[in-house]
Amino acid sequence: MSANPLPPKQRTKIPRQEMPEQQAAARRRNFDEVNRGLTVLGASTEAMRCLECAKPACVSGCPVGVKIRDFIALITAGDYLGAAAKIREDNVLPAITGRVCPQETQCEGCCILGKTFEPLGIGHLERFVADYEREHGELGLPEIAPPSGRKVAIIGSGPAGLSAAGDLVRWGHAVTVFEALHEIGGVLVYGIPAFRLPKAIVRHEVEALARMGVDFQANVVVGKTVTIDELMDEEGYDAVLVATGAGLPKFLGIPGEHLPGVSSANEFLTRVNLMHANEFPSYDEPVFDCRGRDVAVIGGGNTAMDAVRTACRLGARRSLLIYRRTEAEMPARVEEIRHAKQEGIELLTLANPVAFLSDDEGFLAGVRCLRMELGQPDASGRRSPVPIPGSEFEVPVAMAVVALGTGANPLVQSSTPDLATDPRGYIAADPETLRTSKRGVFAAGDIVTGAATVILAMAAGRRAAAAIGEFLESGAWIDAEAVG
Amino acid sequence: MFPILEAEFLAPEIKRFVIEAPRVARKRRAGQFVIVRLHERGERIPLTIADGDPERGTITLIVQGVGKTTKLMNLLEAGDAILDLVGPLGSPSDVRRYGTVVVIGGGVGTAIAWPTARAMKQAGNRVVGIVGARSRQLVLLEPEMRAICDELEIVTDDGSSGRQGVVIDPLCERIMRGDRIDLVLAIGPVRMMQAVAEMTRPSGIRTIVSLNSLMVDGTGMCGGCRVSTRDGTRFACVDGPEFDAHAVDFDTLARRNRTYRDSEAAALEAFRADPNSAL
Ligand SMILES: Cc1cc2nc3c(=O)[nH]c(=O)nc-3n(C[C@H](O)[C@H](O)[C@H](O)COP(=O)(O)OP(=O)(O)OC[C@H]3O[C@@H](n4cnc5c(N)ncnc54)[C@H](O)[C@@H]3O)c2cc1C
Ligand SMILES: Cc1cc2nc3c(=O)[nH]c(=O)nc-3n(C[C@H](O)[C@H](O)[C@H](O)COP(=O)(O)OP(=O)(O)OC[C@H]3O[C@@H](n4cnc5c(N)ncnc54)[C@H](O)[C@@H]3O)c2cc1C
Ligand code: SF4
Ligand code: SF4
Ligand code: FES
Repeated sequence: MSANPLPPKQRTKIPRQEMPEQQAAARRRNFDEVNRGLTVLGASTEAMRCLECAKPACVSGCPVGVKIRDFIALITAGDYLGAAAKIREDNVLPAITGRVCPQETQCEGCCILGKTFEPLGIGHLERFVADYEREHGELGLPEIAPPSGRKVAIIGSGPAGLSAAGDLVRWGHAVTVFEALHEIGGVLVYGIPAFRLPKAIVRHEVEALARMGVDFQANVVVGKTVTIDELMDEEGYDAVLVATGAGLPKFLGIPGEHLPGVSSANEFLTRVNLMHANEFPSYDEPVFDCRGRDVAVIGGGNTAMDAVRTACRLGARRSLLIYRRTEAEMPARVEEIRHAKQEGIELLTLANPVAFLSDDEGFLAGVRCLRMELGQPDASGRRSPVPIPGSEFEVPVAMAVVALGTGANPLVQSSTPDLATDPRGYIAADPETLRTSKRGVFAAGDIVTGAATVILAMAAGRRAAAAIGEFLESGAWIDAEAVG
Repeated sequence: MFPILEAEFLAPEIKRFVIEAPRVARKRRAGQFVIVRLHERGERIPLTIADGDPERGTITLIVQGVGKTTKLMNLLEAGDAILDLVGPLGSPSDVRRYGTVVVIGGGVGTAIAWPTARAMKQAGNRVVGIVGARSRQLVLLEPEMRAICDELEIVTDDGSSGRQGVVIDPLCERIMRGDRIDLVLAIGPVRMMQAVAEMTRPSGIRTIVSLNSLMVDGTGMCGGCRVSTRDGTRFACVDGPEFDAHAVDFDTLARRNRTYRDSEAAALEAFRADPNSAL
């Protein structure tokens, strides 16, 4: 079946095709996407590098088992729509995951080429075919089964909720997605900035789901506007999927954290991404005026990286990332770290804030930090940072963003007494069936696992959809007592 | 879209709206609020639900025009609609039978306090109202307050209605006289609430305030509304907006509310120059 004319030896001689990027000097001041996407020539050249392994290691690295070798072979054959369809068998959001998956630790991290050469650019190719599909002729909407007469409510419109909605609506169930915010997409619209994930891509997916018949109801906070019990007992929903994410921001709990000028990454990114504060005053929501000022972001994950690069784009003079370990331990995607450095983001590693300092008017004026050194490995296997006594120093900044991760938002849990949670407040759900302690209620995504990734949330959403489909058919709720 | 069924000015810059929002109308309880976004480029602002009619599926909002968004909202009329409206948000007021409840409203705070005052009356409390405003025209909801209060005092800065002074004065007299007060509910400008808290602190009178911190989502996701309290950091949109006045750090709240003052002033100036540009 291989359309690849090259013998394996020659394939390894081709260098990994570089992703065309917007120049760092320009992009550090705009919100346009950094990666421009491979050209057809670039994509087909890159695809030719694949060794078409009999036992593709890459697939074992993908959390949803995308048939990587097979979709790459279809690219080599020039069948891009076929390649897109192949990916869609396992992954319903390829234009998104191709952009945001941590490929280096997943598919590409396992690619056999990577042992000696550069791994295959799987993420770039996934993105290429998904974009091709979106821009050139639709595959058409999938077939929708005749109405089953069953109603499912999905709470939360992030990747978990959206992918579950897609499956359930195809099987003929009536699906309503309730979203607290005014826009659909979860972290994909309020968290991840447009320079990594243009909003039009998320909108395209949401519109496709709407055309398939998914009913989106924004501005509904389940637990406040309506409860799960009311949805099931009064509004006739046969099953409910809780996919509310892990949106509760964590703070450092150090002096000065309430000063004007200190915000959570969620607040800073929401103002810019969801509310378009970068276009103030054309849009009404303000954001801290970074122009010509120094900004520090605290943290080392994707959220921190997004926040510090956003501050740079808002015109900051100095955009500084403060992280308590070293660059090697940063959980952010390597591409983001590389892009950030190209954009002039400064990394201040092995430093930990101990206080925010105020000016005479009560606004933020700086961050006091302690120097750290790496000690013994902790439970996560990473070497844990240890403060160096007496090493305090101050960094003058006008704004600071705290990006230390997020926890479980309790709104749904606290309004649903019979929904069991774990000690950290996440919803207890069976890892396979995603059933909760409450009959007919399932949970998936970050609200079960804690903050994770788009692809894991999507996979969980689809597993939940399968379990919901099964429950709607059989009506059986067997393993309820196993949970909680 | 959320259609506006009625809109009328109660006082200069203060307008009352009746809006169709059936889900919110059914669930709202005294002390809760909604967040509205007027148009595609609009910001999200919190507004207290002054009243609700579950049968008709409507809620009442009372809006004071202080900046761009509230002034823009006050240009809307019956027949217009609001793009986004979400709620009811926040924890409902803790309505119980306390005995004598003194309800203090400063400015538009009276509109925010009124639904809770009414619920307190219905719960069997003796309700004493103290309503403050800058001048006579700005006294809000006087007939509504009179209908539910066992006693009502009006206080204006210029003495054009009721007595001249500030809302603290009658409260102070009552405390000095040794009147029985089981609970004080004070809603208004930060400095007014702070003054009430200081007034009731020595005698340990239980005092509740409704905090007007800056908000974005209203669901506990952004942390922008956080307030510093004796018990640690709290989010006004989910843990509040009502808090024990004696536990709140008002200075921090006042400072945080100034975070975007330059942007807000610029937005208002542009809006004043050309109100039509905003729609
Ligand atoms: C800034 C940032 C950058 C990230 N970058 C990456 C990346 O590069 N790669 C990657 O793989 N992952 C990344 N992640 C993580 C990834 O986005 C999440 O793991 C994923 O979005 C989780 O999906 P979810 O569907 O579980 O929840 P979410 O995407 O969090 O969506 C949950 C939705 O539910 C809504 N909701 C919550 N409570 C209620 C309620 N009571 N009623 C109604 N609606 C409710 C919320 O408003 C939200 O819209 C990033 C996260 C952030 C914050
Ligand atoms: C829980 C809650 C309930 C509220 N209920 C009502 C209500 O029922 N009726 C009503 O008229 N207002 C209410 N407010 C206040 C209202 O939200 C603000 O007046 C509004 O956000 C101001 O927006 P703006 O664009 O018009 O003014 P801005 O330009 O944002 O601000 C103008 C001025 O108002 C101050 N301000 C800004 N935001 C707030 C705020 N959230 N609270 C107080 N002052 C602020 C600014 O410091 C500035 O001086 C409530 C606020 C909260 C938090
Ligand atoms: S879904 Fe993510 S991990 Fe899987 S192949 Fe695509 S980019 Fe790689
Ligand atoms: S492991 Fe690498 S070379 Fe082998 S099939 Fe997968 S992508 Fe191709
Ligand atoms: S308004 Fe965002 S957490 Fe309260």
